[in-house]
Amino acid sequence: MSDRIEVLKTYKTYVGGNFPRTESGRYYKVYDGDDNILANACQCSRKDLRDAVVAARNAQKGWNNRSAYNRGQILYRIAEMLETRKAQFVEELETIGYKTKKAKAEVEASIDRLIYYAGWSDKYQQVFGTINPVSSSHFNFSMPEPMGVVNVWAPEERPLLGLVSVMAPVIVGGNTCVILASEKYPLSAISFAEVLNSSDVPGGVVNILTGFKNELLEHMTTHKDVNAFFYTDPDIEQGKRKQIDENATLNLKRVRRKPVEDWLSEEAQSPYYITDFQETKTTWHPVGL
Amino acid sequence: MKISEITKTVPIDEVGVEERVARLNSRSIKKESKVQALKLALSMIDLTTLEGMDTPGKVIQLCQKAKEPHVALPDLPTVAAVCVYPNMVPVAKKALRGTDINIASVATAFPSGMSTLDAKLEETQQVVEDGADEVDMVISRGEFLKGNYSYVYDEIVAVKEACGDAHLKVILETGELQTYENVRKASDLAMHAGADFIKTSTGKVKPAATQPVTLVMLEAIRDYFYDTGRKVGMKPAGGIRKAKQAIQYLVLVKETLGADWLTPEYFRFGASSLTNDLLMQIVKQQTGVYQGVEYFSND
Repeated sequence: MSDRIEVLKTYKTYVGGNFPRTESGRYYKVYDGDDNILANACQCSRKDLRDAVVAARNAQKGWNNRSAYNRGQILYRIAEMLETRKAQFVEELETIGYKTKKAKAEVEASIDRLIYYAGWSDKYQQVFGTINPVSSSHFNFSMPEPMGVVNVWAPEERPLLGLVSVMAPVIVGGNTCVILASEKYPLSAISFAEVLNSSDVPGGVVNILTGFKNELLEHMTTHKDVNAFFYTDPDIEQGKRKQIDENATLNLKRVRRKPVEDWLSEEAQSPYYITDFQETKTTWHPVGL
Repeated sequence: MKISEITKTVPIDEVGVEERVARLNSRSIKKESKVQALKLALSMIDLTTLEGMDTPGKVIQLCQKAKEPHVALPDLPTVAAVCVYPNMVPVAKKALRGTDINIASVATAFPSGMSTLDAKLEETQQVVEDGADEVDMVISRGEFLKGNYSYVYDEIVAVKEACGDAHLKVILETGELQTYENVRKASDLAMHAGADFIKTSTGKVKPAATQPVTLVMLEAIRDYFYDTGRKVGMKPAGGIRKAKQAIQYLVLVKETLGADWLTPEYFRFGASSLTNDLLMQIVKQQTGVYQGVEYFSND
């Protein structure tokens, strides 16, 4: 017989490579598949978002200055770390009602997705960059470049795979991001932050908050130091979509919505997810006649 | 403290000072009070550029920023002064003609102060002649730490005389003074020698301005005022980059010296990047939208 008291994990947020609690001191309850309380998650406020954007902005230049190859290596490293913690994530998904088989499939697909984007890290520029014919004596070429800081709403369903699928294409292209985790199932996201933290990802490149989408929508979409907004929600109301689009115009944020049906499918991964958050720079390089 | 007692050490309760700062920092200032504090802080800035790579172009641009901090908000107060190296004083003078903005110049072999007294006095006279309204001098920290207080005192008196009508700010370079007791002693020395302002740092030594050091200096100013009835100004400089920090400093001043000191006449921030953060917070208060630094002029 063991009378040991189990030590439960405190789920905090992930900002700038650290795990702070929400500055607001507010929490909300996270339930398992049977309405039992699993944990308290941080109900982040606009100030947590503000701090996360600062961290993301500070990290962006350094992240972009790394070689594409190195960013690929780091994504690969995340996959390696996730692989070693597979059992932990399977177990965590089981607590929210996943059958073992489904949980295992989700974790494995998440690892594979990271590898998929790691592979693209130094290739999408070659595929999407162009050499343009011009009539003057210039060598003219266009290359994709990262937009900067991207605010992301992780998908509600598929708490791990969904998160990985929206994060990887954003960061592999040299952007940094602030991700609001699935509102209903935020715990895997915070556990995933532990993976990020132990896999050479510089602090601030990925920041993960938990909380309520409706509360944070306004500031996530209006913040003028954010360059793009990415969400997937298939069932979002028309009014909200309009609000997001209108808010984004304030500083010409790019808005991308990708309502994916099945996150396990091929539809959920493509190099176009990378170019969604890239801008094109064209260079006119003088050449002799 | 009388000047005859200057070699006596005023003991400073280090833990007490830091606790008081921490307690005052927990004060929450919101909404209208915050906007007012932000605008006040803006009006107290000595907009500073002290780099070896400064050019007339950069100084002119800085003066433009001083006159018009943010084009979209024409009603904002201007900053208090522009602070430059001696050879840039004529440039700033020309760029600020017709405004109320003062020109401050560092002098006396800034930032080290390692020069002869004659050279320091000549430099001081030169910047005043060129049109500086305020002179920021550095004390000789080496002499001070040696215990040669009379040297430091006489030097400040001489520079004050060389300033004529220009205001004298005395930089203690607290980052090199080791203890709060030394900071207090240097503050007392400077005030008795005739400083119009005492200033924490050059910005070239880390740590630069800290809140506990500022509190110690503010208390010295308070005690000096009780003794002599003369009001001396305070200027923390270096490392103050965020609006939040600026407001915390204002709270320290209000709680230590009272509202009389909450004017650009008696309190200044030596800063440059603080300006944009204040502007961003003012616009945030007005629009409710978090701002990006890209939307503010980069001077």
